[in-house]
Amino acid sequence: MYDVAIIGAGVIGCAVARELSRYDLKVVLIEKDTDIANGTTKANSAIVHGGYDAKPGSLKARFNVEGNAMFDEICKELDVPFQRIGSLVLAFDHEDVQAIQELYDRGVINGVPNMEMLDREQILALEPNLNKDIIAALHAPTAGIVGPWELAIAMAENAIENGVELKLEHKVTQIEKLENGYGISTDKGKLKAAYVINCAGLYADEVHNMVADPSFRIIPRRGQYNVFDRSVGDFVKKVIFQCPTKKGKGVLIAPTVHGNLIVGPDAEELDCKESIETTMEGLGFIREQGKKSTEKVPSHAIITAFAGLRATPSTGDFIIEELTEAKGFIDVAGIESPGLTAAPAIGIYVLELLKNSGVILKEKESFNPIRRKAIRFMELTDEEKTELIKRDPRFGRIICRCESITEGEIVDIIGRKAGALTVDGVKRRARPGTGRCQGGFCGPRVMEILARELEMDITEVLKDRRGSYLLTGPTKVDTGIEESFDAVAAAKEL
Amino acid sequence: MLNYDIVVIGGGPAGLAAAIEAKKNGVDSILVIERDRELGGILQQCIHNGFGLHIFKEELTGPEYAQRFIEQLEDMGISYKLDTMVLDISEDKSLMVMNRTDGLLKIRGKAIILAMGCRERTRGAINIPGTRPAGVFTAGTAQRFVNMEGYMVGKKVVILGSGDIGLIMARRLTLEGAEVKAVAELMPYSGGLTRNIVQCLDDFDIPLFLSHTLIDIKGRDRVEGITIAKVDENRKPIPGTEQHYECDTLLLSVGLIPENELSKSAGIQLDSITGGPVVNEAMETSVKGIFACGNVVHVHDLVDWVTEESRRAGRNAAKFIKDELWDGGPSFRTAAEKGIRYIVPHMVRVENVEQTVDLFMRVDDVYTNVNMVVKLDGVRIRTITKKHLAPGEMESIKIPTKFLKEKSGGLLTVCLEKEGA
Amino acid sequence: MNKKEMICIVCPMGCRLTLQEDVNEEKGYKVSGNQCHRGIEYGIMEQVNPTRALTSTVKIKDSSLNRLPVRTDHPIPKAMLFECMKLLNHIEIQAPIKMGDIVVENVLNTGANIIASRSMA
Repeated sequence: MYDVAIIGAGVIGCAVARELSRYDLKVVLIEKDTDIANGTTKANSAIVHGGYDAKPGSLKARFNVEGNAMFDEICKELDVPFQRIGSLVLAFDHEDVQAIQELYDRGVINGVPNMEMLDREQILALEPNLNKDIIAALHAPTAGIVGPWELAIAMAENAIENGVELKLEHKVTQIEKLENGYGISTDKGKLKAAYVINCAGLYADEVHNMVADPSFRIIPRRGQYNVFDRSVGDFVKKVIFQCPTKKGKGVLIAPTVHGNLIVGPDAEELDCKESIETTMEGLGFIREQGKKSTEKVPSHAIITAFAGLRATPSTGDFIIEELTEAKGFIDVAGIESPGLTAAPAIGIYVLELLKNSGVILKEKESFNPIRRKAIRFMELTDEEKTELIKRDPRFGRIICRCESITEGEIVDIIGRKAGALTVDGVKRRARPGTGRCQGGFCGPRVMEILARELEMDITEVLKDRRGSYLLTGPTKVDTGIEESFDAVAAAKEL
Repeated sequence: MLNYDIVVIGGGPAGLAAAIEAKKNGVDSILVIERDRELGGILQQCIHNGFGLHIFKEELTGPEYAQRFIEQLEDMGISYKLDTMVLDISEDKSLMVMNRTDGLLKIRGKAIILAMGCRERTRGAINIPGTRPAGVFTAGTAQRFVNMEGYMVGKKVVILGSGDIGLIMARRLTLEGAEVKAVAELMPYSGGLTRNIVQCLDDFDIPLFLSHTLIDIKGRDRVEGITIAKVDENRKPIPGTEQHYECDTLLLSVGLIPENELSKSAGIQLDSITGGPVVNEAMETSVKGIFACGNVVHVHDLVDWVTEESRRAGRNAAKFIKDELWDGGPSFRTAAEKGIRYIVPHMVRVENVEQTVDLFMRVDDVYTNVNMVVKLDGVRIRTITKKHLAPGEMESIKIPTKFLKEKSGGLLTVCLEKEGA
Repeated sequence: MNKKEMICIVCPMGCRLTLQEDVNEEKGYKVSGNQCHRGIEYGIMEQVNPTRALTSTVKIKDSSLNRLPVRTDHPIPKAMLFECMKLLNHIEIQAPIKMGDIVVENVLNTGANIIASRSMA
């Protein structure tokens, strides 16, 4: 019997898990996929928003501003890449100027600090690559960029270090109300918990409906992006938004915490919660729309495209509440943008809800908020590098040539709590394969290391989820008598 | 800090030939740095034959071609470091390198030869829409898995791009029991050699669709199918021409890119067309004493030409060490004109030319019965009639130095003209 | 067969050859579409006895790599490629081996040997 079961190991589930791990509670984090952060968390703009966008009084507005203020500390504790680089919302005409003025006013009400309006000269001084026809911009210096899956993985790792249990590849199929809690059926067996936190992202409505009448829907809203090579990573210095208009929110251009450049997204409501394919229309749209901010978008340096699904709630705002008809069951649903920014604050709010519902929160003395620092070999000094290779020669072997990632770093992130189990899992934690060759050189090496460290055959190594096998078997195996007759017959026909 | 006369970066065909040639020309202090576990570079996975027809007058496989050079290098006692990565080159020709046994190491060369080769273009670089499942491989990665590691990458395969690696892999996978359903090529002509189309596709009844592109990839976890469509003259897909194939694997053979991240760190000037360093007749880059050769300069069609070019680089690096490379005298710039995509070298100092000025180039389309016309400052000095030219094949023109000796400098251009014009 | 089309692969020209049975010709076929005499030779050979060099791999024990690249030392009949591949599935070589070492002698009675195309320690 668990005290609390969290369903879904995206950034929200992980934030809740980490907050709960401070207290003397038996907590389990349940995830249907092979890895943490495998849904919306791995495919979004990776922005820590200022907080001027959401309607005053909404949960979005509250947790955006509260969450934003928590990032410095949490990213320091957990060693997550985060940079408070600020954002600009560009105005292209006088209507836009009015609109960004409204954003400014909203930001003031929401409590966003230090915003300012900039004129053309100020904008171009900050961002010389932007188009010259921009007339004004809203500057929010508190906005930033973060590694979204790194944040989720780090929170999960820290939570597990502090006692939370993680169950991957456990898909919740049914939840029944028990006298003193809930019985949760998964495809890998049953477990019981007194409290359930529904952080199921795109599937939060379905999980909700397992214990209560439908009260909201989650609409998958797809956004597509292009990622650019590091050689153009400093093309813009800040997160560049376009002024939202009746026609849409526009696309953003931003550096990433890893030194790449990202452009996107579009927005397209879909029926299917698994439709993460990019389309020619979508990528074409972001390419065209991006030109509004800068004609100089360096298209030659695109290294990849991806699509993510936002978990858009039918209610318009985050849904974070204990169900009246199912006591002890808390929905944390519809966490679309600014969900990533809000995550740390939502984690704390869920604690409050649990406390209100009667959970006794007794702080653990043993709680350690610090996650062991990831080794980023290339960021070390020459002396440190030399020392490290002497201690462990695996740091002397570069696996990913584009990003200069060593074998030592890869072995480290496989061995950690909530460590990598798949090629994409390694990629998200240590970055091999994210560079310009996109894993062409290092893919086979990473598979080799995974097979060795996890003691499996290389043909069992997955890209991502169950079913995403990479190799179909060894060559030179006897294909059997019948097939060989076919082959001979086929050969004769040639 | 270690000091050498010549440091060669890359132990593939280019680096091997350059090092051997430098040694033959009197330089003893040479180090070859290779990032893989063995010498030979990409040749070790190119187990098909067709290498060496020009250099050795026989048809060798990739590993055989490589081994001849590796054995020679070892016989000559040239030192090399394996599993070693060059992290950075500075303009003063010092390198920061790293491996398991030496740790971090500073190495200084009086001359450096860049021979890092090239990498494959990826799915992202050509922006193919669709899902991102397992089962999408570049042809070269698949080749390594199948030929060296001994693993199959799939059972039902479609190949995008008809470059030679894609064609070769179509045959390899078929022979290994996979079903290769089709090869789709964006251009109206194949980027590969005709003999490969016959021996790798026609022999096995694999259809080649020219002027076709990939418009969709299906499958959430593993590739389940792909859709190709015919393109119009602007390379845009034509609605109604879609063909769907069920397959578990998509191979990409959509071009190679010279690998010049290190060249950039050394401040070397690059050519935006070739993607490689701007070089002179000695294969010297814009930084004095840093030479470059092979696919890092421009992507070659045959390894034999890589060897030839690399020997030239090795020879000239040796001259540089012995202070026999001329920097003054008449010099000529080269420029590609109508029908020609690029010319290597970009600059020719006549004093250093051994016998003829050899210009290497690629054309921008398929041509039949055309003249390749060389002009010096607008005046025609050579005309070569060609029955057949294709972008997949590198062309070379030799210009006797007598045309240039008298002049004090100028501009050498090459263009295509219709025969009889 | 009466008429057959093929592409000549002797040089990069890629001539489209037409081969026609013709009792008046010395070798029994008339070749057209060729731009040089080598096309005639190729066309007839390709019709009478098409051969191909086979390159592949075999399993290797106790080496740093799992597979040893091999090739036929002479072209073998095209129709026997798959049969030969099938035979190679059963071969496992013990390292070390030297480039040129014979892996299978007189493979399928073709007169060609399968030889190692590199040395492996």
